[in-house]
Amino acid sequence: MASDEERRAREALRKAARFGDDIDLEAYSEGSRELAPVGSLEELPEDTKTTLLDTGIVPSGKGRAGNFLLMDNSVVHSAVMGEGVELMPLSQALKVHDWLKDYVWKAVRPDTDKYTAETYLENADGYFIRALPGAKVRMPVQTCLLLKDRNTKQYVHNVLIAEEGSELEVVTGCTTSKGVEKGLHLGISEFFLRKSSKLTFTMIHNWSEVIGVRPRTDVVMDEGATYVNNYVALKPVRSIQTYPTAHMNGPDGVCRFNSVAVAHPGSVLDLGSRAILNAPGCRAELISRTITTGGTVIARGQLVGNSAGIKAHLECKGLILSEKGVQIAIPELEARVPDVEMTHEAAVGKIAQDQVEYLMSRGLNEEDAVGMIVRGFLDVGIRGIPEHLKAEIDRTLQETDVRRG
Amino acid sequence: MLEIENLTVEVAGKEILHNVSLSVKSGYTTVLFGPNGSGKSTLLMTIMGFSGYKVRSGRILLNGEDITHLPVNERAKRGIGMMMQRPPNITGVRLKDLVRVASKGKVDIAKIAEELDMTNFLERDVNVGFSGGEIKRSEILQLTAQNPCLLLLDEPESGVDMVSIEKLGAKVRELLQGPSHCAGWRERSGKAALIITHTGQILDYVEADRGYVMCNGTVACSGNPRELLAEIRKMGYQECIRCKLNQPNLVVENVASEG
Ligand SMILES: Nc1ncnc2c1ncn2[C@@H]1O[C@H](COP(=O)(O)OP(=O)(O)O)[C@@H](O)[C@H]1O
Ligand SMILES: [Mg+2]
Repeated sequence: MASDEERRAREALRKAARFGDDIDLEAYSEGSRELAPVGSLEELPEDTKTTLLDTGIVPSGKGRAGNFLLMDNSVVHSAVMGEGVELMPLSQALKVHDWLKDYVWKAVRPDTDKYTAETYLENADGYFIRALPGAKVRMPVQTCLLLKDRNTKQYVHNVLIAEEGSELEVVTGCTTSKGVEKGLHLGISEFFLRKSSKLTFTMIHNWSEVIGVRPRTDVVMDEGATYVNNYVALKPVRSIQTYPTAHMNGPDGVCRFNSVAVAHPGSVLDLGSRAILNAPGCRAELISRTITTGGTVIARGQLVGNSAGIKAHLECKGLILSEKGVQIAIPELEARVPDVEMTHEAAVGKIAQDQVEYLMSRGLNEEDAVGMIVRGFLDVGIRGIPEHLKAEIDRTLQETDVRRG
Repeated sequence: MLEIENLTVEVAGKEILHNVSLSVKSGYTTVLFGPNGSGKSTLLMTIMGFSGYKVRSGRILLNGEDITHLPVNERAKRGIGMMMQRPPNITGVRLKDLVRVASKGKVDIAKIAEELDMTNFLERDVNVGFSGGEIKRSEILQLTAQNPCLLLLDEPESGVDMVSIEKLGAKVRELLQGPSHCAGWRERSGKAALIITHTGQILDYVEADRGYVMCNGTVACSGNPRELLAEIRKMGYQECIRCKLNQPNLVVENVASEG
């Protein structure tokens, strides 16, 4: 007999998402669940390893507490190297931990839209990560989501639990193998941060011009928890729509979302972040820096203040470097009690000519001056990023074509 | 080295400079006096080539070459370097990175930063949250890295406290004279400067050879900088204006005879 949840998911199978182009799910073939396991990330083809490096994933696993690789719809590698942390496919974790069923599909609702509904009904696999109570996991866990087949629809369902007093860092790199002609990534992530835990989560998107991306992320935070979300998307992609949300349910929680993105010609990026401050003393800061060199960026942000004594700030800044580019900033503040301090700052426009000429007066040519200003602009959005990822991202930034069109 | 010939300049649709002529000789330091709003900054910004400063007529010559319509970086390449009165903030760009590109890797950044008490600012975003005096020191730091042949300094002393002004003045002097204190060396080195000063304070630190007084977008007078300063201190700029109105021909001759 179908559960109530399942029935609602079925009903939602045609439900368009609130934001983003409606993607035809029938137009993709389901990615394989039968790919052969790989012994280590080093066994991957050289060009794949190179794109992994761009997304902050170290193929050798050196300096990492765990490795996880989902290729199309197959978990082909999962290994724990560090202490204090569990990492395994979600399907396996559900067998190991009886209690886990109380977490799955509790943060993200299966009937949110057609993408969550289909992912639910397909019983998608993904990673299960758990930082044990009190564990300060020294090295980051790295997870990689790879699209490999020519025409692939990837479903992912991730669950992460940071137990009371734990500290954990996770790096997720998303990328596409050479030769993929058409791809869709549907990724459900449910994070649970128990009392006084701390999670730093960095996601680097490095898909390609032919990929549609619809991640759905909800983060549930208990008292005193700290969540830092870094999101980096500097490479071309067809379409991304995402709106990760932190539900700050316990007092004195802290969350920060830092996002940087470049919309290349042909890319449509609909990127949001949301913090719902439900308990006293919670603080949130949502910062986004986006540029367009010809694509479209919609930078959304929402703060919802439901409790007295909260403090939150939202900042979306966008640069337009091309006549064809479009920047839309949509910051929203919603206060439901009087004693809140919520602010926002939004600005879109072209690069300031006085800044360009100031650098030119120091001898830089116009192109280098623009490059320096644009990289600086984006740099503000990634200052919270873990040190070990900085070099890779800086390199990608250096290579990013930011000439004014 | 620098010749300004009958320069008329428009800013935001309004004529600000009217038929300005002056010259800065190679190896010489020239100061520009004038009341607030007289067009001193406009002149320097125009020489550096910032857009928004539209030359309606006249020419700017650098070592005989007409640079009136060259882009800013081409002027920098030819040896002009400027300290702006109000440089823009550049969020996300660290001062040390700008100093590095300005120097083309040729100078010891840590050392010059130390000399200007700017070590702690190298990691900061360019000009963001800098006080008035800190901006001046940051500009001098960048100029030292750049090492131009013609320095354009817009009120180097304003907003700078007494302790810093010593260091700043010493650095400006060093930029102009190199390690030597001899006027002959300065002349031979060919370094020149055009320095705007409202108060004349900078004259305690650098040796100036010539002075101009600007009023209402024109050159009202020129002469020995110390004498001009003494006169301005005693009588105020009002007197310069009155003087010019009474003896227009004298000033024209004065400028013409410099060529
Ligand atoms: N961007 C601008 N738009 C309008 N007026 C300007 C602008 N810049 C300067 N001005 C005007 O030009 C005149 C000269 O200014 P400025 O060159 O800064 O004088 P100074 O440096 O001698 O104090 C002033 O009246 C000033 O208001
Ligand atoms: Mg001025």
